[in-house]
Amino acid sequence: MARSVTTRRKTINTAVAWAIGFLIFFPILWTILTSFKTEAQAINDPPLFLFFDWTLENYAVVQERSDYMRFLWNSVIIAGGSTVLGLMIAIPAAWSMAFVPSKRTKDILMWMLSTKMLPAVGVLYPIYLLFIQLGLLDTRTGLTIVMMLINLPIIVWMLYTYFKEIPGEILEAARMDGASLKEEILYILTPMAIPGIASTMLLNFILAWNEAFWTLNLTAAKAAPLTAFIASYSSPEGLFYAKLSAASTMAIAPILILGWFSQKQLVRGLTFGAVK
Amino acid sequence: MATQHSRSAARIMMAPAVILLLGWMLIPLTMTLVFSFKRYLPLRGGDLGWTGFDNYVRFVSSSAFWPSVQTTLIIVGGVLIITIFFGVLLSMLLDQPMWGQGIVRILVIAPFFVMPTVSALVWKNMFMDPVNGLFAHLWKAFGAQPIEWLSDLSLFSIILIVSWQWLPFATLILLTAIQSLDSEQLEAAEMDGAPPLSRFAFIVLPHLSRAITIVVLIQTIFLLAIFAEIFVTTSGAFGTRTLTYLIFQRVLESQNVGLGSAGGVYAIILANIVAIFLMRIVGKNLDT
Repeated sequence: MARSVTTRRKTINTAVAWAIGFLIFFPILWTILTSFKTEAQAINDPPLFLFFDWTLENYAVVQERSDYMRFLWNSVIIAGGSTVLGLMIAIPAAWSMAFVPSKRTKDILMWMLSTKMLPAVGVLYPIYLLFIQLGLLDTRTGLTIVMMLINLPIIVWMLYTYFKEIPGEILEAARMDGASLKEEILYILTPMAIPGIASTMLLNFILAWNEAFWTLNLTAAKAAPLTAFIASYSSPEGLFYAKLSAASTMAIAPILILGWFSQKQLVRGLTFGAVK
Repeated sequence: MATQHSRSAARIMMAPAVILLLGWMLIPLTMTLVFSFKRYLPLRGGDLGWTGFDNYVRFVSSSAFWPSVQTTLIIVGGVLIITIFFGVLLSMLLDQPMWGQGIVRILVIAPFFVMPTVSALVWKNMFMDPVNGLFAHLWKAFGAQPIEWLSDLSLFSIILIVSWQWLPFATLILLTAIQSLDSEQLEAAEMDGAPPLSRFAFIVLPHLSRAITIVVLIQTIFLLAIFAEIFVTTSGAFGTRTLTYLIFQRVLESQNVGLGSAGGVYAIILANIVAIFLMRIVGKNLDT
């Protein structure tokens, strides 16, 4: 029997939850609001909430002065490229571990997880040095590879947990009907696996987009993505609140929208299937 | 039944991922280990030969080491306490029936998707700036002297920023766990006259204990490595230099690679201690 809830209780729940939700969201809301103000209005005391002269000027200035599109493009290439590359490598691996498990499958999965635990700072200089020698420093290629590698364990794990949920009997039935390995993958597995692959893709795109250790340390002017672009505002230039807000809003907007679609995958992906 | 054929095919399919990760782990790790036993100053003579455990001793005995360990522990501990405490409360609230639950969830989860450099910069300038920040306006409105957040309360400020980023994560995982709680059990306890607090202590909390453990372990691994938040706000000044930041400074700022690598090895050992516990839980889950 469902618990009957009084309207009064529900009203209180709603009021408290909305108040807290608003409070947590406020810094983001405030950034978005400020991005539409003039610089003078942005630091006005008392602060202006909704009643100011809305302007799009900051967005134009940010784009013009710092070539925002170039950083955005770098972010898209690095996050997108690393995700696609990672999936290409991880799908076969996760497939074989889920459907042709051996005694060592569990050990391999655990070992992959352990590589994710390696603190980045512990291998900072070797990677830096290798990047210099291979001419990869401040290139999108180099950063794409690093992003792919740091997220590969998560991609394999997420795909593995999704593939595990596909009933093995279906594959066996197909095999008995004489389907080849290729047909098996193409016509049976792929359609059933697409939702899982899409979720994995989404979460990893987000993680790569927001990664801020390697992107700050391995890029300079050429390959810097949005994380590094925003960090450059922490110089005295950061006093321009409205422009800082416009730049920030542009950097987080795409991911906020994608993120709202990926709440459930987030739990699965970041807990390695330990919480469902 | 897996055939011999499919087994060897499986091995080939796994190979690229395994080989890449093996390379990604072993090559840099070996280099770090080698450097850590060398006197290696790229800008002042380069590789100056082996020094044994000299770097390890020097890293630990430098005056910056223990404060950085302390800072790391305070930040990790502070963020864990805040995110777990409020995460439990918030997830219980979000589990209640209400109007617009989906929207509230979206509002609560949003900070997790904000890139670390943006959240650090927004908090630093627009909230914590002692002249133009929103907090300064608020303090002045009450006739109080604005606080220099990032210099006078630097650690607290960083804990606040990082907690804001990670509270959504804790809440989301705890909410997922709470939703799997059998509501009939709670109802039965309620009918038997168990007061809300003991219902929480004896039913909800034990049910959440596994999820809480996982949140603690995963967050610890990420929090030990926080970088951008400190890089952008204080650059390690005002007592906010964590172990990660100290190593970063040794390696890239003062270009003392040997010393920094020894620090890196310490960081790896530290992370591994936490990782072992996490892996044990995740591994158990694989069997079921």
